[in-house]
Amino acid sequence: MSREIVFENVSKFYGEVLGVNRVNLSIPPGITGLVGPNGSGKTTLMNLMTGLIRPSRGAIRILGIPPDRPEALFHHVGYCTQFDSFPKGMTGYQLLYSFLRVHARPHAEANRLAWAALERVSLTEAAHKKIAAYSKGMRQRVKLAHALCHDPQVMILDEPLNGLDPMARAETLALFTELGAAGRHVIVSSHILHEVDRISDQVVLLSNGYVVAEGQIRGVRSEVKEHPMQILIRCNRPSELASRLFLEDHVVEARIHNDGQGMLVRTRDADSFYLILNRLVLETGLEVETVAPADEDVHSVYEYLVGGEGENR
Amino acid sequence: MSADEIKRLPWSLWWTQVLAIMRLELRKSFFSRRSWWIYLLACLPALLTTGHSLIMWSKGDWNHAIGFDSNVFGYVFLFGYVRLGIYFGCVILFSNLFRGEMLARTLHYYLLAPVRRDVLAVGKFLSSLAAAVLLFTASVVLSYVTLFMHFGRHFEEFLLRGGGLEQLGWYVAATALACLGYGSVFLLMGLLFRNPMLPAAIVMVWEGINAFLPPLLKKISIIFYLKSLCPVPVTESGGLAFLAMETDPAPAWLAIAGLLALAAATLAYAGVYARRIEISYAE
Repeated sequence: MSREIVFENVSKFYGEVLGVNRVNLSIPPGITGLVGPNGSGKTTLMNLMTGLIRPSRGAIRILGIPPDRPEALFHHVGYCTQFDSFPKGMTGYQLLYSFLRVHARPHAEANRLAWAALERVSLTEAAHKKIAAYSKGMRQRVKLAHALCHDPQVMILDEPLNGLDPMARAETLALFTELGAAGRHVIVSSHILHEVDRISDQVVLLSNGYVVAEGQIRGVRSEVKEHPMQILIRCNRPSELASRLFLEDHVVEARIHNDGQGMLVRTRDADSFYLILNRLVLETGLEVETVAPADEDVHSVYEYLVGGEGENR
Repeated sequence: MSADEIKRLPWSLWWTQVLAIMRLELRKSFFSRRSWWIYLLACLPALLTTGHSLIMWSKGDWNHAIGFDSNVFGYVFLFGYVRLGIYFGCVILFSNLFRGEMLARTLHYYLLAPVRRDVLAVGKFLSSLAAAVLLFTASVVLSYVTLFMHFGRHFEEFLLRGGGLEQLGWYVAATALACLGYGSVFLLMGLLFRNPMLPAAIVMVWEGINAFLPPLLKKISIIFYLKSLCPVPVTESGGLAFLAMETDPAPAWLAIAGLLALAAATLAYAGVYARRIEISYAE
């Protein structure tokens, strides 16, 4: 069985409205952040992966399985949708238990898996309460439990952090990290960019139905040539360092911090910059406390690539 | 597909899944807000027949023959059950199996399970069929008994030795087949149309004018075969009765086989179509 999620030239049109266009992706295991403004195609991409909608063109394979074979696909895939509606009159436990019974799991196993999933999302106390009486955060957690109760290899999570309080959010992110580290696919769309940034192994940036960038965030950032890399340096003699750095062609700006203990450098060639910095430290005895990229994160990359069109940053 | 390949299909898995779906769906069929309409439709003819018996009792009218009430039941069955109760009951139960879940935005819970969509369609269909058959056959039996009960011992005689039980058996069979036939048609309509009420109204008109259609067109309907199964022939009455075109009823075996074939074909198409449905809650 293939270990990747593959999109081959996939397009989806809703009548004349574009959902996504000519998407080519190969997503390896780990945590993948789907980032883009409202209407950029994140949910369309997730619905395509799960066969809730069919592509107008192209082919999709999830671990080698086409999404139009739900009987095979959903043994391996769990989907936490954005739809905030539940079958009427059900409790959290009943939702998971009956779902697992439709999976053809025997009673004892369905019962055990339902409780395990409820425990994972800290919802055991409210298990026998009607979902209609749940808060927004609890509804979000029961949807998460629904997506992971059958222990899938691929979890597709559409805005899974919506409505969660900070504690639950931290627990949920820890859960995603654990699943990602275990070699599962965790595909997360979220408008909370710093959280996506913190947990994602790779990102897919979408804008107006097109994939504008994909891959590990560092790689994506280095591809954005028109915006020089920003590097933060905390050191004891920033003025001296700045004067030496300005001799290099690729350094376009060096801004010294007000406290005189650091500077922000903008460079068109980060690799050369790091080599020169090493050399200067050896030559001048400069005491460097920190060197860190200042815009090598999802937020900055998103700013550069998608620009001002995003509403949900 | 060869017989051997068919045998190797995962029938036991599918059956387990159908039963799991039925457990969920039966609860909806019996206890949702919509189900009150079905209870009402099922009870209405039984209330009429009970009322009839009570009036006969209160009047002390023992003079009319059992045969007369037997004819009356023929009309009650055709108009109260087939054209009204079962028809609209099936519209409510079956056309909402998929469409209702689209409107409630809950269909994705099924579509995200590892179950073939055609198995899902069968599971949903069987649960509504079970509910419809149970409610309407119980109601038909109740109506039959309550209509004749004022005859007391004579009714017992008629039921056990005068062919009454056999008559009732045919009505029960016709009821089950009506649920099967209309149910399969409305399941498909719920899948094909965003608003299944319009095609349901067209079918109702078509079934309603069946008596006035030429013999060939009569046969392209469900009611023709159901009428053929009724043990007491019912002729059109009222102002337009002279327009009715008499046709020989279909033999019972043909009526049963025809209705079963219609249901099987419609269900098969619904299963194929279900594999292509997409979630479009925004519509």
